[in-house]
Amino acid sequence: MKKSFVKLLAFGALSLLSITLLSGCGKKEAKAGSAGEVYVYNWGEYIDESVIKQFEEETGIKVVYDLFETNEEMYPVIQAGAVKYDVVCPSDYMIQKMRENNLLAEINLDNVPNLKEVDPKYMEMSKSFDPENKYSVPYSWGTVGILYNTKMVDPKDVPTKWSDLWNEKFKDNILMQDSVRDSFMVALKSLGYSLNTTNEAEIKEAKELLIKQKPLVQAYVIDQVRDKMIGGEAAIGVIYSGEMLYIQNEVKNLNLDYSLEYVIPEEGTNLWLDSWVIPANAPNKENAEKWINFLCRPDIAKKNFEYITYPTPNKGAFDLLDPELKNNKTLFPDSDVLKNSEVYKYLGDEVDSLYNEAWKEIKSN
Amino acid sequence: MNKKLLSGPYLMWMIGFIIIPLALIVLYGVTDRSGSFTLANIISITTEEHAKALWLSLLLSFVSTALCLILAYPLAMILRSRGIGQGSFIVFIFILPMWMNFLLRTLAWQTLLERNGVINGVLSTLRLPSLNLINTPGAIILGMVYNFLPFMVLPIYNVLMKIDDNVVNAARDLGANSFQVLIRILLPLSIPGVVSGITMVFVPALTTFVISNLLGGSKILLIGNVIEQEFTKGSNWNLGSGLSLVLMVFILISMALIAKYDKNGEGTAF
Repeated sequence: MKKSFVKLLAFGALSLLSITLLSGCGKKEAKAGSAGEVYVYNWGEYIDESVIKQFEEETGIKVVYDLFETNEEMYPVIQAGAVKYDVVCPSDYMIQKMRENNLLAEINLDNVPNLKEVDPKYMEMSKSFDPENKYSVPYSWGTVGILYNTKMVDPKDVPTKWSDLWNEKFKDNILMQDSVRDSFMVALKSLGYSLNTTNEAEIKEAKELLIKQKPLVQAYVIDQVRDKMIGGEAAIGVIYSGEMLYIQNEVKNLNLDYSLEYVIPEEGTNLWLDSWVIPANAPNKENAEKWINFLCRPDIAKKNFEYITYPTPNKGAFDLLDPELKNNKTLFPDSDVLKNSEVYKYLGDEVDSLYNEAWKEIKSN
Repeated sequence: MNKKLLSGPYLMWMIGFIIIPLALIVLYGVTDRSGSFTLANIISITTEEHAKALWLSLLLSFVSTALCLILAYPLAMILRSRGIGQGSFIVFIFILPMWMNFLLRTLAWQTLLERNGVINGVLSTLRLPSLNLINTPGAIILGMVYNFLPFMVLPIYNVLMKIDDNVVNAARDLGANSFQVLIRILLPLSIPGVVSGITMVFVPALTTFVISNLLGGSKILLIGNVIEQEFTKGSNWNLGSGLSLVLMVFILISMALIAKYDKNGEGTAF
């Protein structure tokens, strides 16, 4: 979900290369483009590149593929409509914002028969931002939790709650997310409030808690949490569950003398979903529906899951996985662990500004 | 007529990629989300967080510019004394890292400075206590100096190389010692290079947000970080543009001050 600028650059260079290669191949096959085009706007490193090629070969639709780094960066592009994208993959709260501002078209679900492969659980989850399941089809999901180093953390200090991130013993050893909503989520949840609160007093309380935490924090980073934790730079960090498969493999490959464990805190956490939506001004709506349908096909969803390692909401793909992966509770936690968790909602520009101002205050303190 | 035609592409470039974008920033900067006129975005520089971020940015970029100057001037002097062949080889070595991407170089510093990084690794094999280097203002200054030093060396080197040896020899004939040659001949003549070096280091250092993110662990909020946050995370382009305008004013002021100092310097002081 959150991909670093560096990776994006690398991916941008790669995709540019592959586009050149693809367009080179296109001439030979003369098939891609024969059924029109589809303009896709997705997160960086958020698809197995071979899937794009396979889609082109199977449908004859030419894919024009662009990347964004944050939801907030994507929104004005869609709103301005200078480039008319057919299918976009934003996160939960952003889908709500786009829907409320009439930027989305209803998806004709008759054209997406593979929707039956998506676990109904996630359609239910989607209702918090898309109440009638009319505008979005889940692509990937996950949780946010605490990652800790088994060697640097004393067994009696093993974190189970968000409030453990305020333990003085971890001074200079905590990595927080450099993201307004995710950092506030930690503080709000540890106070027992909703992560979607619009109550000014609660936001203020969370802000003060985060200011209190700042001296203990080593750095605010996004996906560097992963590499820093693997390198043993910090004892404890806030991380997305989608990074865990990579981390677990890396710990094994590097033969480290510690392991890194993931905990979903008791107070509950942020459950997030990234889903495909079709902008209201999409010129190739039917091709967009074909694209969504294609990505919902179990073998394709499995391929993408194996590449991006963020948990898939696709039941069909899940059934195809190795038993070991299926039982990976970090990626696919039991639902009772998630009972206190919530999906982010769009809070409106006014409240967003409240959060942003508070975040700047924390950072400048 | 022909000359006018030739200037066409540049004119288009200037209008399309300089004038219009600047006008858009001004437009965003003086309007609010609904599009009505407001000065709130610009005035918001006086809020505690913004003023603090600006002050910190000014301080850090001032320190790194000064450090760059202290490092670059003697180097340029050495290069001058080495003559064209050897000198330009050293300059080549100096700008060699610039062929690498700026981001990669900064990430490399991260690996060097980290707690389990290269420097602390060497220290621990020598049984010396480890240092807390990363995520400090010092690390940010180091990153700025490292990345921007060539921009200081090159203009000073160029100016020094152009000074005729006969000027120096004449001064010596008239009884000036090495120190007097430096202070009364070389320094005044090299002021234009120093000035352009200072602007080329100070301006990017003042606006950077990548260095403070990577080497400061995002714990130190610079004005560049504030503006970046408004654009990429806060969805508030108006505030971001307003603050950019303020920053532009600061850059203009610093350039004007330097230009003034330069004029006086050449005219009287030396």
